[in-house]
Amino acid sequence: MFSRQFEYLAPTSLDDALSALASTPGAKIMSGGQSLIPLMKLRLFSPGTVVDIGRIDGLGDIVERDDHISIGALVRHNQTASDPLVAEHATALGQAAAWTGDHQVRNRGTTCGAMAHADIAADQPAAAIALGATMVARSSSGEREIPAQEFFVDALTSALSDDEILVELRVPTSTNGSTSAYDKLGRRGGHTDYAVAGVAVWVQVTDGSVSDARIGVTGVGTRPSLAEAAASALIGTDGNDEAITDAAALVTDGITVIEDLYGSVEYKTHLAKVFTERALRQALAG
Amino acid sequence: MTANVIGKAIRRKEDPALIQGKGLYTDDMKMAGMLHAAFVRSPFGKARILGIDASRATELEGVHAVYTAEDVRQLGPLLAQVAIGALRPLLADGTVNHVGEAVAMVVATDRYVAQDAVDAVDVDYEPLEAVVDLEDAASDRTIANDTNASNVIHVWEVGDADAVAAARATDGAVEVSVKMINQRLIPTAIEPRSALADYNGGYGNMTLYSSSQIPHAVAGALGKTFGLSSNNVRVIAPEVGGGFGAKLNYYSEEALVTFASRELGSPVKWTETRREASVATIHGRGWVGTATIVGTGEGKILAYELDALSDMGAYTQNFTVAIPLLGQYVAPGQYDIPIHWKVQCVATNAPTTDAYRGAGRPEAIFYLERAIDAFAREIGMDPADVRKRNFFEEFPATTAAGMLMDSGDYGANLDKLLELADYQGLRRKQEEARAEGRTIGIGLSTYVEVCGFGPSALAEGGFSWASYGLPAAFNGSGLVRVNPDGTATVMIGTGPSGQGHETTWAQIVSEALGIAVEDIQVRHGDTRDSPMGIGTFGSRSLAVDGSATSQAAEKVREKAARVAAHMMEASPDDIEFADGGAHVTGSPDKTVTWAEIAEVAYQPHRLPDGMEGGMEANAVFSPANATWPFGSHLAVVDVDTTTGDVTLLEYFAMDDCGNVINPMIVDGQVHGGLAQGISQALFEHAIFDEDGNLLTGSLLDYPIPTAGDLPSFTLDRTTTPTDVNPMGVKGIGEAGTIGSAQTVLNAVIDAVAHLGVTHIDMPLRPKRVWQAIHGNGA
Ligand SMILES: Cc1cc2nc3c(=O)[nH]c(=O)nc-3n(C[C@H](O)[C@H](O)[C@H](O)COP(=O)(O)OP(=O)(O)OC[C@H]3O[C@@H](n4cnc5c(N)ncnc54)[C@H](O)[C@@H]3O)c2cc1C
Repeated sequence: MFSRQFEYLAPTSLDDALSALASTPGAKIMSGGQSLIPLMKLRLFSPGTVVDIGRIDGLGDIVERDDHISIGALVRHNQTASDPLVAEHATALGQAAAWTGDHQVRNRGTTCGAMAHADIAADQPAAAIALGATMVARSSSGEREIPAQEFFVDALTSALSDDEILVELRVPTSTNGSTSAYDKLGRRGGHTDYAVAGVAVWVQVTDGSVSDARIGVTGVGTRPSLAEAAASALIGTDGNDEAITDAAALVTDGITVIEDLYGSVEYKTHLAKVFTERALRQALAG
Repeated sequence: MTANVIGKAIRRKEDPALIQGKGLYTDDMKMAGMLHAAFVRSPFGKARILGIDASRATELEGVHAVYTAEDVRQLGPLLAQVAIGALRPLLADGTVNHVGEAVAMVVATDRYVAQDAVDAVDVDYEPLEAVVDLEDAASDRTIANDTNASNVIHVWEVGDADAVAAARATDGAVEVSVKMINQRLIPTAIEPRSALADYNGGYGNMTLYSSSQIPHAVAGALGKTFGLSSNNVRVIAPEVGGGFGAKLNYYSEEALVTFASRELGSPVKWTETRREASVATIHGRGWVGTATIVGTGEGKILAYELDALSDMGAYTQNFTVAIPLLGQYVAPGQYDIPIHWKVQCVATNAPTTDAYRGAGRPEAIFYLERAIDAFAREIGMDPADVRKRNFFEEFPATTAAGMLMDSGDYGANLDKLLELADYQGLRRKQEEARAEGRTIGIGLSTYVEVCGFGPSALAEGGFSWASYGLPAAFNGSGLVRVNPDGTATVMIGTGPSGQGHETTWAQIVSEALGIAVEDIQVRHGDTRDSPMGIGTFGSRSLAVDGSATSQAAEKVREKAARVAAHMMEASPDDIEFADGGAHVTGSPDKTVTWAEIAEVAYQPHRLPDGMEGGMEANAVFSPANATWPFGSHLAVVDVDTTTGDVTLLEYFAMDDCGNVINPMIVDGQVHGGLAQGISQALFEHAIFDEDGNLLTGSLLDYPIPTAGDLPSFTLDRTTTPTDVNPMGVKGIGEAGTIGSAQTVLNAVIDAVAHLGVTHIDMPLRPKRVWQAIHGNGA
């Protein structure tokens, strides 16, 4: 529980943070510290330099801009969970943030940090995938946009490179007829703690039938991922119970489900189906 | 009785400091020149140590020493009261026998450097085959600790196998057997262990601060280890943030920091990290066994049998082997039934087990009460009715385990619980819910507890303190002193870790002397000024040390009455104490304050002829028997049969701990106990892989209960005093835990029995419940 020695930097501008990252090999960003600090205390991860972005102004807001809402790098889980814009345009993300950890974690941890950390059982990444969100990554050499479904590469590995900061998460604003929902079984039961299996869905209903859909799954595989086959099966149906069940049956297609302390492959596959059904019913009812 | 303070829910005197974060714990202590210790611990379940190379560590700046077995071998192994099986060397000597066993101690200028040095000690291990599964270990296919000839190091057995055979042969007898695991748990006090040793070579004195439940016992044990007399050892347990039995051991780290302080001439502190706590501190429970009820179709139990294995871990520590014996004492529960009860103590390559809240009694009651439920289901009778049919009704009662139970009123207690919970109403709601597609279950359990350890006779059964260099029997004492300003100081030999002794003891003394609770300070935990005591565990403090304190207060009252009578020219028989002083019965304006009494008492020339000066008294109390609290609990659960997720909807507890001094503190003890028992049912499990690696070694994977995981409990009580101590009190520290795990389990089985499920092993994690319901490898 005592980390190795490290340098601590607390720049007050994004540019300073980016240049510190670029010029210091092995430097790591810290936002809420809820995942980074425990790893450092256990000496499982020992960066030589920690760049704390917590004192940089302008990263803590949720705003509506053009065709999307923007969630800044320092927006905390509790802020995401209670924000009216999120509730309107990104219901699934708000639910996932509300069911992340406990109040202390939600008051410190950030939505963008949860993305960057890329835990295989984190909640909000599933919602980002289902909502078709975009990650905005910036380095001292420029900015690029990464679609959420390509962002989660492997366990604890995102598509960010070492010199990039995730400055913003963009979620498309909802149009008429689009809704989303998230449901999960937490490791402590109910909605509490990391997801044993969690499923976020986004559906667009046009003239009584599902014209578009995306499903994001977390907890069951080696990374949060898009369940393409299930979403395709739903598109074109009227979203009745049978269509939901048929689509849910395909939710782990293309996902390598792994066994852990919380469930066998069979159980987790089953849960992914159950929560796909539950989330779809919720989204289609809303 | 004059003051009416007993029975009041007075706010805890302890809390203002604690809730402001101003309580002082061992880790808060800082001393000039203080060094920090950290431990190199085994990464293997079992391995031979081929070599230890500490050269890289000793070269680091700030490292003062690295010690291994060679340095401390002469101090002998860790002392244990029931020294059956392999004892723990202070540092691993030649082999390691469980993950986390201490191999070397590093002492450095700060904790970070100490940890760097730990990482720099190279230990060359040859891994050996480990055994952690209890049944596998009991077969002796692999010996866990080569010091033992067999992994089965002891067998506890009581009762009458013939009586069980006779019951089986009875016409129409119904027999129900359930094989069950009562899983291994990691006691998780919010304050991990911590020890700070300060050896002063000038005075030849050793002072040890330690987060301990048993400061006097640790002082005795340190004296034995280091050849120091009582005058040269002082142990201080300052605030202790929870213990639950896990701090009821003299631990090797306490001996090792003491050793290092003596060697280096500097104070040395060690504070356990949370990860370390999960392998270096004792574990609890860890039983597997088959419980059998033989009975009639009308619910009469003809016999109860248990055949179980209990996990001791790799080494025997303080009461390791004696824990199942505590279970044996309560083996027949509240029932007047023949039993045959056998538990084999099995060594494994896992951390040592010892007392954990309830210690043997939750296990014993779990098997019994779970089996009774299964039996009731088999014969189609209401589980409450089966229990009532078999209760003891006359007290004192001698049980089939050979114990004498002091007092009880089991039927009335269970009836009151059923009324509180509206049992019939709940059964109706259960049916309605099922019609709506919801799966609700109602679970019951009764329990008896044996506690208030103090009876000298128990020392012969194994509960002796002799090996720590103390008097063998569990007696208690209390010292009451009235100060010249009329306030009182009470000194006790217990070692509370959150039980509110400062408040409860103040109430006892206030009741006797009429001194306000605010004017009474209760001191404990410093062996230099507390009277002899054993510590706080086994729900014993109030019944034993509390009784001693009430006797001491009584002695003070008698003397003060004589002084006051002398001052007011009245008869001592007419003196009453209230409102901070004494008055003469019938003449309320004739009063003297306690300060006035004390002023006279400390000046012997003003006392009646022949009376000694001073105003204090000590008493040592040895009860004739343990106490036998009891109660009954009821849980209501909702099971999501699609996911296996269990939600605890309601919990009702009807406990009986005899007379109550402070109902709020008693409720608090029940709350905490319930949380731990419920958590065993739903969450906690120390899981090892077959090589002995702990897979749940952090709080990420080992869920402890939080307020958010639990419903509001509904509590009530019945009051059946005991006559084995002057206050008629029993004990409540462990009752909640003893009653609760099987109550929740019985409720879950009640919910899903119609789906063909007969048993699910704890913890009832969703995956297990789902597997059981869906028949997939449960
Ligand atoms: C007790 C507890 C319970 C938890 N329960 C849950 C749960 O139920 N569900 C769940 O999903 N999560 C849970 N978490 C994890 C929590 O959500 C973390 O807060 C989150 O994973 C990380 O966010 P952070 O801001 O704290 O990131 P940090 O800990 O600061 O950083 C985490 C990692 O991301 C990198 N990083 C952070 N921000 C950026 C950025 N803007 N750009 C580039 N890299 C960045 C860091 O370098 C680091 O590698 C829990 C954590 C704790 C301690």
